[in-house]
Amino acid sequence: MVEILLDATIRAGTPILFATLGAILNERAGIINLGIEGLMLIGALAGFAGTFTSGSPLIGVVAAFAAAFVAGGIHALITVQLRGNQIVSGLALTMFGIGITALFGRTMVGETITGLERVAIPGLAQLPVVGRAVFSQDLLIYTSFVLVFALWFFFYRTRVGLALRTVGENPAAADTCGLSVSCYRFFAVTIGAGLVGIGGAYLSLAMTPMWIENMSAGRGWIAVALVIFSGWSSQRALLGAYLFGGITAMQLRFQAVGTDISTHILQMLPYAFTILVLVVSTIRLQKGAGQQPQSLGLPYDREDRK
Amino acid sequence: MAELLQIKNIRKTFPGVVALDDVSFSVEAGEIHTLLGENGAGKSTLMNVLTGLYHPDRGELLLDGKQVQFTSPRNSLARGIGMVHQHFMLVPAHTVFDNILLAMDRVPLIYDRKTFQQKIQKIIDEFELDLDLNARVWKLSIGAQQWIELIKLLLRDCRLLILDEPTAVLTPQEADRLFAVLRRLQQQGKSIIFISHKMREVMDISDRVTVLKKGRSIATLERGQFDRETLATLMIGSDQIPQWQKNLQMSDKIVLDIRNLSVRNDRGLADLDDFSLQLKEGEILGIAGVAGNGQKALAEALTGLKPVNRGRILAGEQDLTHSSARASYISGIAHIPEDRKSIGIAPDLNVADNLIMKSFKNPCYRHGIFQNLRAIRGNARDKVSRFAIKTGSDTAPVRYLSGGNIQKVIIARELSERPKVLVALYPTRGLDIGSAEYVHKVITDGAADGMSTILIAEDLDELLKLCDRIAVIFRGRLIGYADPRTTTREEIGLMMSGEKRRIAS
Repeated sequence: MVEILLDATIRAGTPILFATLGAILNERAGIINLGIEGLMLIGALAGFAGTFTSGSPLIGVVAAFAAAFVAGGIHALITVQLRGNQIVSGLALTMFGIGITALFGRTMVGETITGLERVAIPGLAQLPVVGRAVFSQDLLIYTSFVLVFALWFFFYRTRVGLALRTVGENPAAADTCGLSVSCYRFFAVTIGAGLVGIGGAYLSLAMTPMWIENMSAGRGWIAVALVIFSGWSSQRALLGAYLFGGITAMQLRFQAVGTDISTHILQMLPYAFTILVLVVSTIRLQKGAGQQPQSLGLPYDREDRK
Repeated sequence: MAELLQIKNIRKTFPGVVALDDVSFSVEAGEIHTLLGENGAGKSTLMNVLTGLYHPDRGELLLDGKQVQFTSPRNSLARGIGMVHQHFMLVPAHTVFDNILLAMDRVPLIYDRKTFQQKIQKIIDEFELDLDLNARVWKLSIGAQQWIELIKLLLRDCRLLILDEPTAVLTPQEADRLFAVLRRLQQQGKSIIFISHKMREVMDISDRVTVLKKGRSIATLERGQFDRETLATLMIGSDQIPQWQKNLQMSDKIVLDIRNLSVRNDRGLADLDDFSLQLKEGEILGIAGVAGNGQKALAEALTGLKPVNRGRILAGEQDLTHSSARASYISGIAHIPEDRKSIGIAPDLNVADNLIMKSFKNPCYRHGIFQNLRAIRGNARDKVSRFAIKTGSDTAPVRYLSGGNIQKVIIARELSERPKVLVALYPTRGLDIGSAEYVHKVITDGAADGMSTILIAEDLDELLKLCDRIAVIFRGRLIGYADPRTTTREEIGLMMSGEKRRIAS
């Protein structure tokens, strides 16, 4: 029982985890991205279509990353190069993503693919409780474990990570050190978008191996909230994503077992929890825990005289 | 000596402003070259051109006799030109080490912390500085933050160091230490461009001085050719420095009584710590101190912009300790804020709207829920002529006005209801001489009418000229009072660094 719940928790949390990590990469460079929901859908459709045409889910994952990378490039172009409004651009990206995937996804509706398979790690997969949940998963879940650590290492142990954090905190400081603010921001946005796209692909390749219109169902928005909850830290993003995964797993379990509680209420739980998380983490933020990047949301113009 | 850098006929304009008109001068190897000029003369703009942050509209730069074009600070750094900006280019949330590392050359992608810490520590030891590499920058004093900026350049092995008003945030004693370091760097053959408008320092350290005025370089003088009077005359353009009559018969009536005030900042640290002050009617009370020692918190607490943690603010019978900004204003406390563009005005509204911003609820400016546009415009016309505000058009956003005229709009608004107390935070910062004199006149005229002023300023000369008493603030505490008639700059300097206390007023 615990084993099955834990397994379902991780599988439900993984798409949100990828999306949150991608959004953290964006925001660490100072760019708010409200297009996460749209990027997830683009990733989901590209991943499904890639797998459907090639027969290989790995090519599907690459296609998802590439498609979201390009779509993220639109956001980067508007917010970094043209110094446009990040909120408006992000919202537009979400609407664009919903629309374009509905349009191009029509031919994919009802098709089936062989999704990502579970790969058991010999020995470890036989462990009690965690064996199936942690060590008998698909490749994307193993990737997400590595990614959490890799992002932390990148931010706090590499020169480029330090430069990226500086760009998000005080772009003028990075500029006077001879670093290109727009280059760092551009790639933080596009690569981050690519990660969000992989999160979307997880939906259509592993969770339910099919394409359903608007299948992200608000997970992108949950990721946006989780960035704040995580205090821009990848480890806390893991915690947050699995918390949501857990709630989703629980409510599915409740529905399967059958209770008197209305399914509408149960399905609402993860979203209600989002609101709660936002309230709590905003209060924490105000108390000074987990500082947000100081230049988050602000375009950088070198010749702007303050 | 060899000419390291030549600057020829540089011009730079911003929308609506000619920041640099025509500037030429040269820097020799191993010299300390001072750029002297009023605020707004174009010193900082010129330096931003030199470091590639701004692109000049016209003119050329020659380095070692060859023409160069800097499109980014990366280019100028690569050619050995580095700058300590007036507003530090640091990330407050990062450690000293992280801030310095970013500026270093040839750091591998995955670096060994120890190796680089040792490299940085070597420079710190060489110049006998006191810096903890693992401390977060926001916890450090402004003086220490400046050392970080300097170390960044030293590690880059810059040939030409530009320091933009480095002493504005230092006590006289800290400034002396900086000068000692600069002289050592000079002996190592480095050139230094030093920007200041403090005459004493300029006389002290410069090999040559170039005077900038209204975006033009008007003279370059060698050591021996310049003295205080010549430089002041060149810089200001007239040899008189007007003196105001000090109001020596203050009444003993206390209009504002600040008792044991404590204010904490967002990080929970004390900006003001057990601060007490009494303001008498008709008095101009100066607050001297190095920037960042609690001046802003004091002004914000007095005007109701910041909550008070402990202590009381009494205005006559009224207790203003926990009153809102609006209530403070109604009970007669006016405020000239530090940052005139972001707090003082609503930049996109026009002059007329900005002028009634604090009295728009007044029945004379409205008909029920509608605005009385005629009265509002009439008020604007009246204030514009009375305060000699130069506006392009009545409906143009106020941000298009020059700094001096924006300040006049704020003053006109704040003084229109005849306040009992004026809290002025750096009211002349960034203003040209004429506008600054105007601000001084408003304050002294007000004092003659019985208005009391708390004048927070960084220029000791300004304080000595205007004030009846000077209170010195250090780390949020009142260090003591100085009498402008008898004190010296050195004494105030020692008090500003917290080394000397004198509580008796």
